[in-house]
Amino acid sequence: MQNLKDFKASKLAKIFNQFFMVSMWVLGIITVFFVLLLLFLILKDGLPYVTWDFVIGLPSEIDAGGGIGPMLLNSFYVTILSLLVSIPISLGAGIYLAEYAPDNKLTSTIRVCVEGLSSVPSIVFGLIGIALFVEYFQIGLTIIGASLSLAMLNLPLLTRVSEESIRAVPHSYREGSYALGATKLQTIFKVVIPVAMRGLITGLSLVAGRAFGESAVIILAGGVNASAEMWDFSLFSPGGTLAVHLWYVQSEAIVPDAKEIAHKSAAVLLFVVLAINLLFRIPLWWMERKMK
Amino acid sequence: MQQTNSTASKMSGRHWRLMFSDQVFKWFCLFSAIVLCVVLFSIVFFMGKTGVLTFEFVKVTEYFFSLNWNPGFDETATYGAGIFFIGTILLTLLTLIISVPISVGIAVFLAEIAPTRLKETVRPILDLLVGIPSVIYGFLGLTILVPFVAKVFGTQLGDGLLAAALVLSLMVLPTIGRISDDSIEAVPQKYREAAYAMGCTKLQTIFFVVLPAARRGIVSAIILGMTRALGETMAVVMVIGNVPQLAESLVQPTSVLTSNIVMQIMAVPFESTWNYALFFMGFSLLVVALLLIVFVRIINNRSEVQ
Repeated sequence: MQNLKDFKASKLAKIFNQFFMVSMWVLGIITVFFVLLLLFLILKDGLPYVTWDFVIGLPSEIDAGGGIGPMLLNSFYVTILSLLVSIPISLGAGIYLAEYAPDNKLTSTIRVCVEGLSSVPSIVFGLIGIALFVEYFQIGLTIIGASLSLAMLNLPLLTRVSEESIRAVPHSYREGSYALGATKLQTIFKVVIPVAMRGLITGLSLVAGRAFGESAVIILAGGVNASAEMWDFSLFSPGGTLAVHLWYVQSEAIVPDAKEIAHKSAAVLLFVVLAINLLFRIPLWWMERKMK
Repeated sequence: MQQTNSTASKMSGRHWRLMFSDQVFKWFCLFSAIVLCVVLFSIVFFMGKTGVLTFEFVKVTEYFFSLNWNPGFDETATYGAGIFFIGTILLTLLTLIISVPISVGIAVFLAEIAPTRLKETVRPILDLLVGIPSVIYGFLGLTILVPFVAKVFGTQLGDGLLAAALVLSLMVLPTIGRISDDSIEAVPQKYREAAYAMGCTKLQTIFFVVLPAARRGIVSAIILGMTRALGETMAVVMVIGNVPQLAESLVQPTSVLTSNIVMQIMAVPFESTWNYALFFMGFSLLVVALLLIVFVRIINNRSEVQ
């Protein structure tokens, strides 16, 4: 009798198990497909209609047929400027945490700060940008204000990826270098960083992609408009980027073809972000495969 | 003799130079690390300092508990930010209710069930999704989800908490999913083997052994997803409707802290109560996010001790 009960229980457990397995498979596959489908829809609705004129054309406030040239340029410009500011600091901080940091109060304080900074909502960086550049320095909504506010946002993530990739370099490499009489500085630059380069580049692409698509910071510190002409590299031009423009045409603009512009802008934005993420990694994947 | 002397002095000159640059570089690295702390402290200090000015003009209880948000520049202006705080809390809860089961499910699927090949394809895809800009998610919400919600509920507009929560769930799914996945993967294999040896099915093993063992990691994943949902701005702005009113249903246009800051800050002068009130909203978000991070740190430290 007892045996029969056990047998039934285990049979029930088996049925539950089967049901669970199937539902997990369905959940996993459906979610991934659903998300990919959404992204595919964005690209499909926009990318085929994107022309060269649209990519480098000037935007228009009233007539149809405006382009996104200055915004796209601003996106690249602001991203690169923000990275130029944040890379030296983050790399320095990452190297400190991975190579020098003794196990003491100061180090754990720094670690808490890095984590804390990475949890700061992006809109707060935007508010700081307004307070600092618009109010204190009185320079208005500019590229430089947007870039520096964005640089603050980049710092924690970039520091973390630097630290992780430098920490991943095996200790024996460093010992080999010290045994040859190299100083710590020489070891870091000639041995550790070249070996860690793989991780550093992946991390950099992650941060660059995020900076390229960031909108909340830019909208507050750089404004919604871009320069009225193409190839304007002035640091004090309005700092609106493509991501901000996408929001702007969708909700505020009055041009008749706002909808098409939004679709095309979204497709270009997504395409560039995917390209930043993938292009950096393809050579690395390829190298890895070759190594195997 | 002379020659050896000069070589020696050359050697020591080189030696000193190397030692000197070594030290300079070390100090540069320490300085960089300290810059990060200074940035964080100045942000907290400055946001707090500007935000607190609100309370020279508005009572604390009115600010947090009143639902009358009628900012302006005359005597009749009221600054009851209660609706935005309630909105943010509701939106975050709704997002977690939708996204936690799905993302933890995905994590279980990836770590325990999926064959290796599938794992290796899906994981990079999820990592890639973390990097998709929030305006793209907002745009997706606006063009696909909002009309869909409007159709299902039969309302004219689909903007509101539900649409925003759906978009946010999509955004935090890869974050929660991947971190939980890593923590489930980190559960020692012998735990599972012991459970199987006792005659457990896979389902029982997952629910009674693996998930409890990975719970700290999963909780920190959920909190990290929560901070992302709390601070998310543009995706929410695009689908929530931006009307400063308390939501009476899931499909009524409303506002949350972040969306209200963005929509109003550009129209107000810096030295006004209105602006200070918006800065204090930012400061509140900042404080909550920092507290959550400290909480995650405590959880992780404890699991390290054990």
